[in-house]
Amino acid sequence: MPRPTVAQLVEGVRRGDRLCVGRALTLVENSEPAAWELLRELSPDIGDALRVGITGPPGAGKSTLADALTRELRARGKSLGVIAVDPSSPFSGGALLGDRVRMLKSTEDPEVFMRSMASRGALGGLARTTQEAADVLDAAGKDIVILETVGVGQSELTIASACDLTVVVLVPESGGMVQAMKAGLMEIADLFVVNKSDRPGADEMKLQLIDASRYLIWEGRRPPVVMTSGLKGDGVAELADEVLAYGNWLQEGGRKEKKRRDQARTRIRELVRSGLEERFWAREDIRRALDHAAGAHLEGGASIVEQARKFWDSVRGELGRSEILP
Amino acid sequence: MSRRLKILLAKAGLDGHDRGVKVVARALRDAGMEVVYTGLHQTPEQIVNAAVQEDVDAVCLSILSGAHMTLFPRVKELMDQAGMDDVLLSGGGIIPDDDMAELSNLGVGRLFGPGSSLELIVDYFNEEIPRRRSLSA
Repeated sequence: MPRPTVAQLVEGVRRGDRLCVGRALTLVENSEPAAWELLRELSPDIGDALRVGITGPPGAGKSTLADALTRELRARGKSLGVIAVDPSSPFSGGALLGDRVRMLKSTEDPEVFMRSMASRGALGGLARTTQEAADVLDAAGKDIVILETVGVGQSELTIASACDLTVVVLVPESGGMVQAMKAGLMEIADLFVVNKSDRPGADEMKLQLIDASRYLIWEGRRPPVVMTSGLKGDGVAELADEVLAYGNWLQEGGRKEKKRRDQARTRIRELVRSGLEERFWAREDIRRALDHAAGAHLEGGASIVEQARKFWDSVRGELGRSEILP
Repeated sequence: MSRRLKILLAKAGLDGHDRGVKVVARALRDAGMEVVYTGLHQTPEQIVNAAVQEDVDAVCLSILSGAHMTLFPRVKELMDQAGMDDVLLSGGGIIPDDDMAELSNLGVGRLFGPGSSLELIVDYFNEEIPRRRSLSA
């Protein structure tokens, strides 16, 4: 099969053709020039899917839970996209993408499209192009797109800025973390899950989370706490209820627009920031100018601030002339 | 943001020996590739289904059960039907040389028996995949 054109991929994605969706995801993942054209063409088809993030510390059983939730939502007639992000090795740049093997039951269903992505050095749990990958699955007609990753909650690329609903999955052993109210991970939750809830300490964890949730009220809604056992299937129906109820609730009162506006704001800012990083600050001439300014400072001349001002004055015009976006 | 080779490692059929495939998985990861492992007891349909969704550059079957003359051709057939003719089909396990030759005639790529050098496998993928998928160096 000859390499498909962007137009063919666009048409294929809209039809939900799996080969086209798979190839479109690869284009987007690698930020190839054709990817931007593809996303532009698909933009009228993007926006309807409910984006659900599933995050939490390693070992919380997120993949197993995502698998169970996917099957439950399928039973209720929803079509699903799932993107699971795993960290790339900082040494080799490679990755073992091990979530698929835990999601075997749901991925046999033709209405479920699952893709594994490596973080490729991005911090915050998502890869830099995970949002765009979710866009493709959205455009392919999926009702719900699940993003699953290990949560760190500290950077721009956190799952919270990418999703409409952020589910934080904890286990009874996570107690110490809740006590410490670890910044980021706790604050982003729209819904808490206590997984492996058959283990001792589950009820205590639930009470702690209910208590903590009072600080997380948004638009009058306090994040609920759901008890589950991903392996056994306990609580999964309730989790699905909460996810779907949230989706409906979001549609009212302009809440979805607020969320989407926040997401767009973050994405635009991130595109500009990474564009600057890769296409401006990485330039040879700019680096040389910076080196020069640093050297001049050491030669006992101006202060750092003055040196910075000189540097900035020398490059700001260049910035205005530069192309930093794809 | 550089492109990485993406490899699907699959255990097809009844064969439950997964140590070898896991060793290969780690070696490929250490060579900078992104590796998806399907787990045990996959049918050819499940394997190709995963390969399509993950848009992999190579599908590798690990077969120590002797069922390779059934499974490799079947997976190849499904891959062709799915439009994946530029995707490498490779793998390893317990496969006699004669069978390797026959499979090669069917379009299956190089196969690696027990004791194969991991370095050799990595080199093979790095050379063969860009050639097939017309990737720039």
